[in-house]
Amino acid sequence: MTAAIRIDQVKKRFGALQALDGVSLDIASGEFFGLLGPNGAGKTTLISIIAGLARADHGRVSILGHDVVNDFRAARRAIGVVPQELVFDPFFTVRETLRMQSGYFGISGNDAWIDEILHELGLTAKADTNMRALSGGMKRRVLVAQALVHKPPVIMLDEPTAGVDVELRQTLWRFIGRLNREGHTVVLTTHYLEEAQALCSRIAMLKAGTVVALDSTAALLKRISGSQLVVRLAAGSLPASLHNLLSHPETQPDASTGARQYALRVTHHDEVEQILAQIRQAGLVIEDLQLHEADLEDVFIQIMGGEQ
Amino acid sequence: MTGFRTLLYKELLRFWKVATQTLTAPIVTAMLYLLIFGHVLEAHVQVFPGVSYTAFLVPGLVMMSVLQNAFANSSSSLIQSKITGNLVFILLTPLSHWEMFSAYVLAAMIRGFMVGLGVMLITLWFAKLSFVSPLWIIVFALLGAAILGTMGLIAGIWAEKFDQLAAFQNFLIVPATFLAGVFYSVHSLPPFWLAVSHANPFFYMIDGFRYGFFGHSDVAPLTSLTIVLVFFVVLSFIAVTLLKRGYKLRH
Repeated sequence: MTAAIRIDQVKKRFGALQALDGVSLDIASGEFFGLLGPNGAGKTTLISIIAGLARADHGRVSILGHDVVNDFRAARRAIGVVPQELVFDPFFTVRETLRMQSGYFGISGNDAWIDEILHELGLTAKADTNMRALSGGMKRRVLVAQALVHKPPVIMLDEPTAGVDVELRQTLWRFIGRLNREGHTVVLTTHYLEEAQALCSRIAMLKAGTVVALDSTAALLKRISGSQLVVRLAAGSLPASLHNLLSHPETQPDASTGARQYALRVTHHDEVEQILAQIRQAGLVIEDLQLHEADLEDVFIQIMGGEQ
Repeated sequence: MTGFRTLLYKELLRFWKVATQTLTAPIVTAMLYLLIFGHVLEAHVQVFPGVSYTAFLVPGLVMMSVLQNAFANSSSSLIQSKITGNLVFILLTPLSHWEMFSAYVLAAMIRGFMVGLGVMLITLWFAKLSFVSPLWIIVFALLGAAILGTMGLIAGIWAEKFDQLAAFQNFLIVPATFLAGVFYSVHSLPPFWLAVSHANPFFYMIDGFRYGFFGHSDVAPLTSLTIVLVFFVVLSFIAVTLLKRGYKLRH
């Protein structure tokens, strides 16, 4: 089966900066794929190359089998890109903007689909408003709408929820989720890792222009085995037998109460029972107790930190 | 074709929505030139026998308006889109470099014609014009507008800020049009400046255009046509190549 996006040994340099250093990735049709990494990791450069906004120095990219350079017309028809920057054309209304964007893709008479997008993104009331008069959140919605006018099989969103309110996030993910269920491939970059964890079935992590992790979200989460048990002892210190489980060094006691807090790694939940038993046997009093499930943020920090 | 048509429509709508600035203002400016220069020089200058100075001036002013507005349209549209970032909406689409080139240049030509026509209609009140050979008028207007639309496109691609575009416009386009014989016949110039004028492609556009009105020109219209055509082909080649390579547009 043809990959939705095939990225093969892509390199890109800006002056002294090697923005991408041999990135290879295949994103399958129908995937909800996350592209994560700290600022400057090369995510936006990679998206720009896929979208044809930048050219790779080396390597190839194809969208549904269409090379983004040699067969750019077919490649660009197959993809809809939501750019990170909040850009708009101040001369036009929302509807004019969307009609024109359809026209650029060779589509005329697209009003039924435009109306549906407007409805799904909560823009219907703003259809005839000039772009200048819209709030930032509304402009962001139009940006998403513009990427969808030609019903692209592949949708690429570059930090679509940066600085937007809860309502728009929910509206956006409901609509994008529906499109994904209908078979559209979705590629997402975001700094909100809980968003990526909830939405993406597979994730690539980029660091300094290289892929440092590429796996299903479930498999990535398994990399951090188990959870973290945080106990707060009213007085005294943790029994020495538990020190090998500490995930952080022992903390200083609280100046006013003398209480100490410890974070312990827990692989299986039944270990919690044994830990608590040992603390009780040592005659210590637990003041507070929390169990943190490992999440994508822990994995992200481990992977990004581990490679340094 | 739909992609090209849409981009053309967008470019037309863009200047139409700010018509005071893009159409009315240049027409008023050209009229002021005509009133002032015509008034001051009418009694003193006769360039072609039997043609009043005001009548001589009109085709020059019309062509100057066509040229400057054609340039202004493509260059300002492109630089605005680049600086505000909304050029991305065009770069993300399957529009080819030929479609982009044709749409930007054609829109620039249409704005140039609208201003030129406006200037001509209004000046008809002030001067008695003849139209000896309308075909030459149309051919030179078309080519002149196309050339300046193309130059605007190149300038818009090249410039990274408004300042650079203003330099292009004020130090290249405006002097080249003013020194192309809008207000005088280049034969009235000293030999050195006559030679310099002959190196200015804008001179041939205006001279050929004026020939269509009076049947008089400084250079044979066929010579002017050849030079102007070659100039257009070279500029178009440059513009299309820049678009194809994505020079300063796709990084």
